[in-house]
Amino acid sequence: MPAPPNSTSMTQMQSSLHQAHPAIVRITHWVGAAAMIVMILSGWAIYNASPILPFLIPQWMTLGGWLGAGIAWHIAAMWVLIVDGLVYLAWGVASGHFRRDFLPVSPRAIVRDLAAALTLRLTHREGEYNAVQKLLYVLVVTAGLLAVLTGLSIWKPVQLGSLTWVFGGYDIARRLHFALMSCIVAFLVVHIVLVALIPSTLVSMITGGRARSTAP
Amino acid sequence: MIRRADHITQIRAFERRHLIRGGLSVGALALLGGCDLSTHDGAFDRMLWAMLRFNDRMQALLFNPNRLAATFRPDQITRPFKFNAYYPLAQVRSPDPDWALEVSGLVSDTADWSLDRLGALPQESQITRHICVEGWSQIGQWSGVPLRLFLQSIGADLHARYVGFECFDDYSSSIDMASALHPQTILALEFEGAALTPEWGAPVRLRIPTKLGFKNPKNIQAITVTNKNPGGYWEDQGYNWFSGS
Repeated sequence: MPAPPNSTSMTQMQSSLHQAHPAIVRITHWVGAAAMIVMILSGWAIYNASPILPFLIPQWMTLGGWLGAGIAWHIAAMWVLIVDGLVYLAWGVASGHFRRDFLPVSPRAIVRDLAAALTLRLTHREGEYNAVQKLLYVLVVTAGLLAVLTGLSIWKPVQLGSLTWVFGGYDIARRLHFALMSCIVAFLVVHIVLVALIPSTLVSMITGGRARSTAP
Repeated sequence: MIRRADHITQIRAFERRHLIRGGLSVGALALLGGCDLSTHDGAFDRMLWAMLRFNDRMQALLFNPNRLAATFRPDQITRPFKFNAYYPLAQVRSPDPDWALEVSGLVSDTADWSLDRLGALPQESQITRHICVEGWSQIGQWSGVPLRLFLQSIGADLHARYVGFECFDDYSSSIDMASALHPQTILALEFEGAALTPEWGAPVRLRIPTKLGFKNPKNIQAITVTNKNPGGYWEDQGYNWFSGS
């Protein structure tokens, strides 16, 4: 069957539509980022009311000013994070984004890309994740999901008692929630450093960018 | 350990001075922007108060009247049990010798209740986890009159929306009727098998393991059944009113 005369322009149109970051990823990324930062800062205000480790978070790094407002911020942002996370996860699964862009992650590729990253020789191809990125994204999405679940289990230890039980009971779930927050904060540090090293990634997470593999 | 809940007024006053002097910080921005629930105007505070009311509705939807809080064995009881109130232990008040529980609102019998009369009603005992809004928790044993039974005894309108508690230590709180009728919600007269002493809420306190600790008022003076939300000491300052566990 002969190709229609406008096939070239069709291909160009499709490639311009095939951005590095589709709009739904960008929107859920930034809404989720804002909600997560509010969760972390207000969570620190809550932590300070009854610290489980021998230190307090400096007051100026917390959101709310006192426990009641810290909780109010925390639970308010929780709804945003849950809705945002569900949209992101549902789309990621349904569209094949997770399967296509996050998998497979082979240990060998991780070692190779990690070594390259640590020696600042890792090249960045827009619209394509290297093995370290894949690993970090899979881990942070998992940590975010578990942080929400442990959070729900200590918010509702009676109504969601089986969830609390799965996480080892109220006191252990509370510590897991803190540990997961720590993982997410560690991710944020690495993530922001990498973005600072390759600022064009910040632009493409805002504008969508263009995937090099499909661009002419 | 000094807890901020015990000294919240002084701490908040201090924090305001400290933060404003401290210059730009997340906390200072929050305070200057009115997003610490200290006001009812300002975009952030209005949003936060609206979200608190939204959370109340969601928690009421999530509440299952048949789901029981976990119970524990006697050897799991936390000892020593931590005292907690909005004031330090030294300021605990004892009940008047002529104390009697007052009843008001949507009830058919507003007669006072002496401790003996409360003790003559059937009693329930429980070993449950008391979870503080601050995050810590401890397991204790209480026994007393199921609140459902008491509300029936005073001819309360069980379709009313709220049960309010006024305490002689100037504390107050209130709960939704569904939680009031929960089988583990009791007017506790005893703590660890002995009559309540003042620091544990003598002569009668509310023990409601399906809510956070601050919804368990001690030293109760009066109970009211109403359709107008009575609020409470902490609830009015911005702790989530429903605060279900």
